[in-house]
Amino acid sequence: MRRPTPRADDLALLFLGLAALCAAGFVVAFALAVPHRTQLLGVALGLAFAFLAAACVVFDRRLLDTSEREELYPEPHVEEQEAVAEIVEEAGSGITRRRLLTMGGGVAAGSLGLALLAPALSLGRLFDTTPLLETPWRRGRRLVDGAGRPLRAADIERDAFYTAFPEGADRETLAAPVVVVRLDPASVRLPPERRGWAPQGILAYSKICTHAGCAIALYRKPTDPAIEPAPAFVCPCHYSTFDPATGGTVIFGPAGRPLPQLPLTIDRSGVLCAAGTFSGPVGPSWWGVRIWKARSR
Amino acid sequence: MIRGLVRWIDERAGSAPLVRRSLRYLFPDHWSFLLGEVALYCFVVLVATGIYLTFFFEPSTAQTVYHGSYLPLRGARMSEAYRSALDISFRIKAGLLIRQTHHWAADVFLVAIVLHLLRVFFTGAYRKPRDLTWILGVTMLALALLEGYLGYSLVDDLLSGMGLAIGYGVALSVPLFGANIASLIWHGPFPGSSDFWSRMYITHVLLLPVLIGTLLAAHLALVASRHHTQFRGPRRTERTLVGVPAFPGQAVRSLGLAFSVTAVLFLLGGLVQINPIWLWGPYHLASGTNGAQPDWYLGWLIGGLRLMPAWDLVVGKYTLVPNPFWGGVLLPLLVFAFLYLWPWLERRATGEYGWFNLLERPRDRPWRTAIGCAIVSGVLVVFVAGSADRVDVLFGVSYAAQIWVYRVLFFVLPLAVLLATKRICDELAAGERVERDRRGAEAEARRSAVAVSARGDGD
Repeated sequence: MRRPTPRADDLALLFLGLAALCAAGFVVAFALAVPHRTQLLGVALGLAFAFLAAACVVFDRRLLDTSEREELYPEPHVEEQEAVAEIVEEAGSGITRRRLLTMGGGVAAGSLGLALLAPALSLGRLFDTTPLLETPWRRGRRLVDGAGRPLRAADIERDAFYTAFPEGADRETLAAPVVVVRLDPASVRLPPERRGWAPQGILAYSKICTHAGCAIALYRKPTDPAIEPAPAFVCPCHYSTFDPATGGTVIFGPAGRPLPQLPLTIDRSGVLCAAGTFSGPVGPSWWGVRIWKARSR
Repeated sequence: MIRGLVRWIDERAGSAPLVRRSLRYLFPDHWSFLLGEVALYCFVVLVATGIYLTFFFEPSTAQTVYHGSYLPLRGARMSEAYRSALDISFRIKAGLLIRQTHHWAADVFLVAIVLHLLRVFFTGAYRKPRDLTWILGVTMLALALLEGYLGYSLVDDLLSGMGLAIGYGVALSVPLFGANIASLIWHGPFPGSSDFWSRMYITHVLLLPVLIGTLLAAHLALVASRHHTQFRGPRRTERTLVGVPAFPGQAVRSLGLAFSVTAVLFLLGGLVQINPIWLWGPYHLASGTNGAQPDWYLGWLIGGLRLMPAWDLVVGKYTLVPNPFWGGVLLPLLVFAFLYLWPWLERRATGEYGWFNLLERPRDRPWRTAIGCAIVSGVLVVFVAGSADRVDVLFGVSYAAQIWVYRVLFFVLPLAVLLATKRICDELAAGERVERDRRGAEAEARRSAVAVSARGDGD
């Protein structure tokens, strides 16, 4: 056992005093300061705790008996285990059809468990997956920008990237936002069944990545013709990369499906409109995503 | 006064024998035994700061327009959740301090848990009779990961929205019933109904903390009932435990650690900015930002999602395994399956079914150490791959090239680490054997020299 020294007493007292001072400082700073004095408040409170910790160290090193002792590890209680098992066995010794009763108990407990779980079904639609296929896009619906202004074909420039929404529909659904770009019509190589989907070389795709549902916020312009020859959509979450010229095919990254394309037309006043709904369901893959088509709501 | 107090309590609770045993409970002393305690005190700070935050946070997706004191966002359309998180940061006194301390505490909590887990693994502390303690600990790690994810998702800034979208994508990717589970959890397709926010909130502030707290209590009770493990040493054997009594020795040390952890967390919360939610702006489904990174402890999952090549497993028209499953579900499932099953696997492989109170050094168990290091290196590759985009931006190394390197490394590195670690452990052990033999021989030589000279004296 270490002998407490008067110096150690003083040191511990000093640290406790400093801790009290810092804690009081926190209260004063809190009462007086404007809310953004985060640093001052944090330092005051942090130091109060730090000085308390320092006092504990002095106690541990100088003032208290911290010598080691010895004892035996606990052993398994073999006799007690046997006694417990006997008590439990004896309790059921009068019952003859034990297995049948155990089964009965199991069935009762199981069905009661199911009954208690049943209300959880009202959390959401467990069996109805059709909402995953629905889109607000249908033939003739105009494309509008973030401020609600119709998007005119003449305003769509090359090497730029526009986000558009269906006019008059809820924007906070996965199937609402689309990205619009203009490519050189000669470079557009859509599948044959999508002829006429890209008037003047203007293309629209779902903005939601088919990998994990993030918004595709990046448009890679051909900054380095040797390595990255063509423009591409890039998702900032896991860098799935899609080629707008070939119908949204995946050219890099983890996405397993092409970006759904929205067929476009240009109406008489030059505004971009949907010519139908997407080429496939929007958003991340799930078991039915290749079975059904996207449905206009 | 102390006598009076002890008598008062004992006469009402009958607790004197228990208290007496508790005060004399022995703690073997080693710095690495404190890692679990760091996690414990982080949890305490998390609960305390979290309670403060609930007094001001509004878990609602109802739309509002911001009129607060942060000028760049004035007039922005946002949810009440994000608005109240901004108010906590700018309007409530000490709000930002508490919010940042809460966030830092969560990050340090998981660091401490992971280091504690590694310590327990590599010293064999999980062996019977402490395998149940280990299982509870691994469960708490899984719950803590989920709890942290929900915590930063609640704020509804741009980053949390992107994180939730990914979570939805991962939920959808579960084979056979992913779409059904996701529709149930979100109450419809993403972003789901307003119910989802209530569910996330109550899970974050009540269900998971209570669950973690309960498991924590059980974990500690099991530790106390079987007593601490210790390293081999003078008088320290499988049967005898040498340590500092809980009171006063360990109590004052543990208290000192608790204050230190709290001090560090408040200093971090006050001085080091974390998750500046006002910079990202509110989440809207059509927005995203480059360089989005989750909190560190989910880095391995984002890495797993990014590393995976574009495979959806499709049978006919039925999508059996959508892509996010591989990195977002299968990877953590495999890692946690390994953690849960390891004590049992090791028992089967070595045939050692006894009780163990003494810890082993990593070199004493070359295969355990090698397998553990290999798995850590594999997870680390995936973790580092999660930051490939930042490396691209900061150092100009092509992202695609990095991903290919990591894909190869994921298979090669664990194998190399496995063999190298096994070899290092064997060599260290062999070196020790040589040293021991040499010392034995020298002692022997000295003894015979003494004997010879003694005989010489006698002649």
